[in-house]
Amino acid sequence: MTLPLPWPFERQYMQLALAAGLVVGACAPLIGTFLVQKRLSLMGDGIGHVAFAGVAAGLLAGTSPLWTAFAVALAGAVAVEWLRLDRRASGDLALAVLFYSGIAGGVVLSGLAGSLNAGVLSYLFGSILTVSPADVTAIAGLGLLVVAAVAWLWRAMFTVILDEDAARVAGLPVVPISLGLAALTAVTVVAAMRVVGVLLVAALMVLPVGAAQRVARSFRATLGWASALGSVAVVAGLVLARRFALAPGATIVLVAAGLFVATASFTAVWGRSHRAAPLGPPPP
Amino acid sequence: MSPEVSSPIVLVPEPAGDPREVLVGRGLRFSYGPDPVLDGVDLAVRAGEFVALVGPNGSGKSTLLAILLGLRSPAGGTVELFGHAPQQLTERWRVGYVPQRAPILEHLPATLWEVVASGCLARTGWARRLGKQDRIAVDHALESVALGHKAQARLGEVSGGEHQRALIARAMVNGPDLLVLDEPSAGIDAESQRRFRDSLVHMVEDHRTAVLLVSHELGAVAADLGRVVVLQRGRILYDGPPEHLGDGRVSLGIHRHDLPVWLEGLG
Repeated sequence: MTLPLPWPFERQYMQLALAAGLVVGACAPLIGTFLVQKRLSLMGDGIGHVAFAGVAAGLLAGTSPLWTAFAVALAGAVAVEWLRLDRRASGDLALAVLFYSGIAGGVVLSGLAGSLNAGVLSYLFGSILTVSPADVTAIAGLGLLVVAAVAWLWRAMFTVILDEDAARVAGLPVVPISLGLAALTAVTVVAAMRVVGVLLVAALMVLPVGAAQRVARSFRATLGWASALGSVAVVAGLVLARRFALAPGATIVLVAAGLFVATASFTAVWGRSHRAAPLGPPPP
Repeated sequence: MSPEVSSPIVLVPEPAGDPREVLVGRGLRFSYGPDPVLDGVDLAVRAGEFVALVGPNGSGKSTLLAILLGLRSPAGGTVELFGHAPQQLTERWRVGYVPQRAPILEHLPATLWEVVASGCLARTGWARRLGKQDRIAVDHALESVALGHKAQARLGEVSGGEHQRALIARAMVNGPDLLVLDEPSAGIDAESQRRFRDSLVHMVEDHRTAVLLVSHELGAVAADLGRVVVLQRGRILYDGPPEHLGDGRVSLGIHRHDLPVWLEGLG
């Protein structure tokens, strides 16, 4: 079914790309907000690399790469958070282990599958213009899960970010909450990998957050702004990609980077000229 | 250390099973390696008491606090928080905690109101929305540390003292029966120290809250303390009223008005 939308979304493949992109553009920064504040900005990247191994495993086994990627990414996310929480490895070392094991595992499995074929490449760099209605349904389901979890748990996850010890004294289940965030990161990575590819998936989780936290006053508003800016990046990226025949996933990421640079520059200039006044509207 | 202070001097012995005891540690032992960090520590805090736990760096204060709060398990001894093992306490709102050197999350996009509201989860549960009463409690806690006018300020826009007062407001938001503060006034300005002292005295005198304060800087609260507990090399060196610290019976070689100075001398 093709909806009567204006250019550049008049074609069905563009409408499917828009639907998948909007879900990912809105959801990825929601999870990214927590990762950025936990100084785990590269977590999405590490899990993306592990998801690549899952994609290769799915292609090798002849099953849906989406779900094998999901299973492997989930296991990797929980493993890295366990390593960090148990202080068996520092956060960045745990991520490095994840990074390199994932990408190496993906290459080995791809080799076993025959070669680095187009199927693998579409997950590495994204292939938003070829998403099917079934892909959109799966991505929308994963997105719904992320939104529901954040709406339910954002205050608990925020409390853990503020101080893990104080959260423990308050009776919060810090380990399950941290593992839950890691699992949601895996869900987001898998939902986003068809849109921007596993190599750029972390960009959509991090760049809109970097821009949002420069304009939003509260944590809650940061979640909203990040989600909105992620969606803007997707729409603008798709329009530019169609107009100039660019790679859509990478164009979306470049737009997100542009939004970050624009807000950083604006707030720096604004901050200099309004040094005494706080950013944003006065408190209610 | 002079020979006459080598054994613990306990001027206020705690009766066993005192119903007013909110926090009790008995025979606590802990070590990271061959050297003990805590070597048989007994400590009890009762409702309405204002207790300071002091000692030089490395004396085991933070480890003791972590064990008392259930953040670490002792190698030996027992802890009771309101009559329960810390991990089994369900009424978490009864404990307010301000951790040491709470990370100054200057870049965290959060308002002081949101920081204080995060304390409500100990009472509401971690997955429930805040109700009207919770919002009133957050406003009240911010007012009580004189930050009501900065409720919507971002963490990065306030001074270190205001940041710390917001964390104290978070610990106080549920009206706890026990308030535990780990170096809460380190590095904050004189005005914030005065407001901090007023808040603690208000809690102790008007709400019968027990306060256990770990600090190097007792200046602002020295006159209000009911008890001082001195910890050195994992043992209790002194446990009693502050006025006896400097008298002839306790030969620490210090004067009560020079608490920060003598703490240096204990090291």
